[in-house]
Amino acid sequence: MRTLEDSRLTVDDLIAWLVRFDDEIVEQAGFLTELDSAIGDADHGTNMARGTAAVRVRLTETPSGDAGAVLKSVGMALVSTVGGASGSLYGTLFLEMAKSVGTASELDTAVFADAFRAGVAGVVARGRAEPGDKTMIDALQPSVEALSAAASDGVPLAESLQSAAAAAAAGRDATIPLVARKGRASYLGDRSADHLDPGATSAAILVQALADSHAERTR
Amino acid sequence: MKKLINSPATVLADALRGVEAAHPDVSVDYANRVVSRGADVKQGRVALISGGGSGHEPLHSGFVGLGMLDAACAGEVFTSPTPDQMLAATTAVDAGAGVLYIVKNYTGDVLNFEMAAELAAAEGIEVKSVLVADDVAVEDSTWTAGRRGTGTTVLVEKIAGAAAEEGRDLAAVHEIATRVSENGRSMGVALTSATVPAVGKPSFDLPDDEIEMGVGIHGEPGRKRVSLRPASEIAEELVSSILADLDFSGAPVIALLSGLGGTPLIELYLMYGEVAALLEQRGITVARALVGDYITSLDMAGCSLTLLRADEEMLRLWDAPVNTAALRWGV
Repeated sequence: MRTLEDSRLTVDDLIAWLVRFDDEIVEQAGFLTELDSAIGDADHGTNMARGTAAVRVRLTETPSGDAGAVLKSVGMALVSTVGGASGSLYGTLFLEMAKSVGTASELDTAVFADAFRAGVAGVVARGRAEPGDKTMIDALQPSVEALSAAASDGVPLAESLQSAAAAAAAGRDATIPLVARKGRASYLGDRSADHLDPGATSAAILVQALADSHAERTR
Repeated sequence: MKKLINSPATVLADALRGVEAAHPDVSVDYANRVVSRGADVKQGRVALISGGGSGHEPLHSGFVGLGMLDAACAGEVFTSPTPDQMLAATTAVDAGAGVLYIVKNYTGDVLNFEMAAELAAAEGIEVKSVLVADDVAVEDSTWTAGRRGTGTTVLVEKIAGAAAEEGRDLAAVHEIATRVSENGRSMGVALTSATVPAVGKPSFDLPDDEIEMGVGIHGEPGRKRVSLRPASEIAEELVSSILADLDFSGAPVIALLSGLGGTPLIELYLMYGEVAALLEQRGITVARALVGDYITSLDMAGCSLTLLRADEEMLRLWDAPVNTAALRWGV
């Protein structure tokens, strides 16, 4: 019997996270596409849903290995099915996390926080975007900081994940007034302000899915 | 919106079946959505690969064949293809002399081709990339993802393809491709929005009496939205925007007037007539011209103008034989 005090993410927890992510993306695909039609090219929900469906199939139909193998397989599935910038960026996030965790089969808060940081650093390097450019980084970077802070303060895993999700949501909402400087929204110039960024929104969904799936499994 | 499709989800796969049926010279890898030259993998020749979101046909698959591309990777409509597709294309066409990627400057294409180049390098295949970023409508490129890649891509594929066909090495093919890319400028105008099959409604609203000057090939906004006006005035705006960006005087120019997919050829020729007259007035010599649908945006009405500040070498390579579905001469 698992309890709220459980302080490690297992391979099954990672799989539950990504299945939950697929549920949420399917649920919110229309909303993501609507956000993208305001400042991009109206395909973010469709593209993400195609990718998370492929991730779900891969994780639930093939035997899982260690944490690194699971995260790598997620990254490859996203890279090869989402397409566009999002596929390459979300793929890089998971591929870098996979490298960071290696062959571990359980991840405590600190190890997971380090992996998440490595993943987000990979996204920054690949996309050459900085915080404030109105991209997924605006949700991911504060989330990484919140998770690392929680890990070094010895906050229990469940609570740490909730604060990471809250920071991602706050970062997502903070994209509304920003003027886009990267990606297709940048061509709108000032007209990209007053819109929620679709990439930051899907990134916040990703972190929330982890917090929620973990809470559910330890309830 | 009425479209000749079976289902929005199968548009790309169904279209690729038609490409293979119509053009026995090319072969289609359906799993990887790669169109490549069926035969003719000449050992020791540099191979050219391009690719991008679908919906811009004949770009890129229509330019696969002798004297142009070795392979084209097709993404979903308006969505970049993925690194695994590009890697499959790369291993299929590499003839031992390296591969040139021709990449239009959109974040998705750039990132995915970059990942593909890393994967190819890991397999021991030498890859160089040329980026096309020729759309003068994007003025403030410091604060955007940079200029978009449009019509100059067609000219890069033709001229670099001819250079590769001559047996030049990768560095030399990359050099001329870069030179063409740097000397090409484009600008487009939309009369209507495109409709992405999976979305089913126009990507943006454009009133009946307005046009978008400087539109991108996915319907990205341009410089300004203005009232509909005579073709001569629209041509003037396109020509003067391009000439303000690069000095074309004293060089032979290759001009491409491409439809965006929803404009009849009679209007494209009418527009080209206006463009040619304006260039002549300004003392600019058009050495070669191409008019038709070469880089499109689904069913968008409108056109784009591309001018290349060429030289004698580029003209010679432009005139070299080409045998593809969409461009064919000298064979």
